[in-house]
Amino acid sequence: MTNESVPEREPYLRAMIDPPGGNPFPQRHLLGIEGLPPEQIQYLLDVAEGYAAAQRSRQFRPKLRGLTQINLFFEASTRTLMSFEIAGKRLGMDTVSFSVDTSSIKKGETLLDTAQTLNAMRPDVLVVRHGRSGAVSLLAQKMNCAVINAGDGQHEHPTQALLDALTIRRRKGRIHGLTIAICGDILHSRVARSNIHLLSAMGARVRVVAPPTLLPYECMRLGAEVFTNMEDGLKGCDVVMMLRLQKERMQGAFLPSEREFFHFYGLTEDKLKPAKPDVLVMHPGPMNRGVEIATSVADNLQHSAIEEQVEMGVAVRMGCLDVLTRHLHDQTEADQ
Amino acid sequence: MTIKAFTNARLIDPASGRDEAGTLIVEDGRISALGHGITVPKQATVIDCKGHILAPGLVDMRSFSIDEKAAAAGGITSVILMPDQSPPLDDAAMIAQKVRTGSDGSLVRVHPMGAATQGTEGEAMAEIGLMTKAGAVGFTDGRKTIASARIMRRILDYARNLDRLVVQHAEEPTLAANGAMNESEIATRLGLSGIPTAAEAIMIERDARLVALTGARLHHAQISCIEGIDAMAGAKKRGLPMTCGVSPQYFILNETSVGDYRTFAKLSPPLRSEADRHAVVEAIRTGVIDVICSAHEPRDQDAKRLPFADAAPGSVGYETLLALSLTLYHAYDIPLMQVLAMLTVKPSELLGLECGRLEVGRPADLVIFDLDQPWRIDPEEFSSETQNTPFDGHAVQGRVLRTVLAGRTVYEDKDQ
Repeated sequence: MTNESVPEREPYLRAMIDPPGGNPFPQRHLLGIEGLPPEQIQYLLDVAEGYAAAQRSRQFRPKLRGLTQINLFFEASTRTLMSFEIAGKRLGMDTVSFSVDTSSIKKGETLLDTAQTLNAMRPDVLVVRHGRSGAVSLLAQKMNCAVINAGDGQHEHPTQALLDALTIRRRKGRIHGLTIAICGDILHSRVARSNIHLLSAMGARVRVVAPPTLLPYECMRLGAEVFTNMEDGLKGCDVVMMLRLQKERMQGAFLPSEREFFHFYGLTEDKLKPAKPDVLVMHPGPMNRGVEIATSVADNLQHSAIEEQVEMGVAVRMGCLDVLTRHLHDQTEADQ
Repeated sequence: MTIKAFTNARLIDPASGRDEAGTLIVEDGRISALGHGITVPKQATVIDCKGHILAPGLVDMRSFSIDEKAAAAGGITSVILMPDQSPPLDDAAMIAQKVRTGSDGSLVRVHPMGAATQGTEGEAMAEIGLMTKAGAVGFTDGRKTIASARIMRRILDYARNLDRLVVQHAEEPTLAANGAMNESEIATRLGLSGIPTAAEAIMIERDARLVALTGARLHHAQISCIEGIDAMAGAKKRGLPMTCGVSPQYFILNETSVGDYRTFAKLSPPLRSEADRHAVVEAIRTGVIDVICSAHEPRDQDAKRLPFADAAPGSVGYETLLALSLTLYHAYDIPLMQVLAMLTVKPSELLGLECGRLEVGRPADLVIFDLDQPWRIDPEEFSSETQNTPFDGHAVQGRVLRTVLAGRTVYEDKDQ
């Protein structure tokens, strides 16, 4: 099913001309998707696509040998952290991962002190995950290196949105014109926010489907159509993205019970029927089987792209590391 | 006996509506004569006001820190200190310790408010009677809302008996829980939890019922939104003894100031939408809002240089209070007399203070200011404890030239 060749540019981007001799991705950091122009998103996806192919043929070039990558995770994570580590190592970087429990953050050091300390170690890339919205951009203000947001609070998770987009593009051949439903806990989801920004920037019709208590205020203003009913929300969809329901939300009285949530919003074969026959089912993981997604759907090879998402995760992160380090040293020289 | 004469002044007294060119004479810290054609006594020290405005010193009804240098620099001669200090002002001895009368060499008079509940924890009534005797001018839980209707009713009953004002922070705490900014599209985009405007209106409406039940006087410290203004206007229409205030942030800024997680714009209540800001201006014009306060709250770097949700709310306000309030006159055509009344006589009347008027026999707490002088707010020039203002670089008109406390000059603008 996988389309191995590099797909054509999105139709409406074909007319755009790459900046002559310019930098196709002039950002210093990758802190979020909001505000990135579509051609820059396209460029990141194109680069990542190349790494996806290299990954399949197991041809890695240690292109970034000698550069240092620090992964700083203030929130527990397995797949994102692993994915960044593997991506860095495949590019030949020295990767150091640093997690909350072993660091001095718990001893009361402030976020900015941590940033200054890390900056003094002169890394080339800092990958940060933090439980508070805006914490990564605050930290980036103190860093001379490239900073990648690996998820900040309920704000953004740009590499997840990029890997989702890459998966969709490989399976569907395009993003433009697709109808994509994002379902579940939209309110607390940084994945949902980044995806809404990215997919609508690339010309998809984005829907969000959630119980009213899990919809952010004025969600439609982000450019998504809002549904509170799975049947209407999934009608005619090309892609269904499920989100993880964080069980700790149950205490906040956002939902009556897991059982009721699964009944109305859990993805089952039945609920998938109004979608297109070749619908693609995605999930950022880790899944709560029987809460937001039924096992039969999650493991259905015809529809499910969940494994491919993980694979694309490494490719996208390799792409981001590659692109962000290209101009690193011109910038530091300019700074001095 | 020391005599001072403030000559060549434009005397403005919002209490009496006086606005005339003239002279004001101060004897022993009190006003002894004022008006046009007053003869200056021979032994008097003459201070030439050069035609600038001479008005009563400002009375700031909501302050979280005495910060007296900054208050004097802002033309403020009386500050009402909120009880949520560390430790909270919830007993008579602590109140007595905070009172400053102005005759003790301090730069500003301090009138503390007592905690309405023990430790401002909202569970048991504090010693309101004893604190009244010690000099507490009113009772409030400061930044916290008195959430329990039962406790609020009892506090109101008690305060009515003592003829003290109760001040409420209008925010329904369960609805506002974890909120970091106004509930809006911007909050959604930034991934921050929002505080709905309904949280303010619900509390005002509930309190209005309790005021009707008890007959006590209640003041809502800060009104920030259309719903809150409607609730307040409704209560006033029913003749309830309710009043409210606002600080300049809410009629000058809106939620977009939060921008890219600017913690200096994190306030409580949060900055609201542009429509709400306009409604606040109109509520000032129509008199629904009674007083303007600074809500001066110095916060150091450790409390502000944090992720937005973890940062402490609040901003300094003393040194920008007058200039920002004059925006109402310069930009929105609200009469100067009305703006100054909201900063002087109205708060002093609500609290039963002696100051806030230009009248023979009253304390000579005065401010001399240039109504028109343009300047740009520069936190580096502040004399406050910290520099957390959301108005960095903001252009304003109107500058304090001299502040006088009980006849003593406590601040003079050196650049003039």
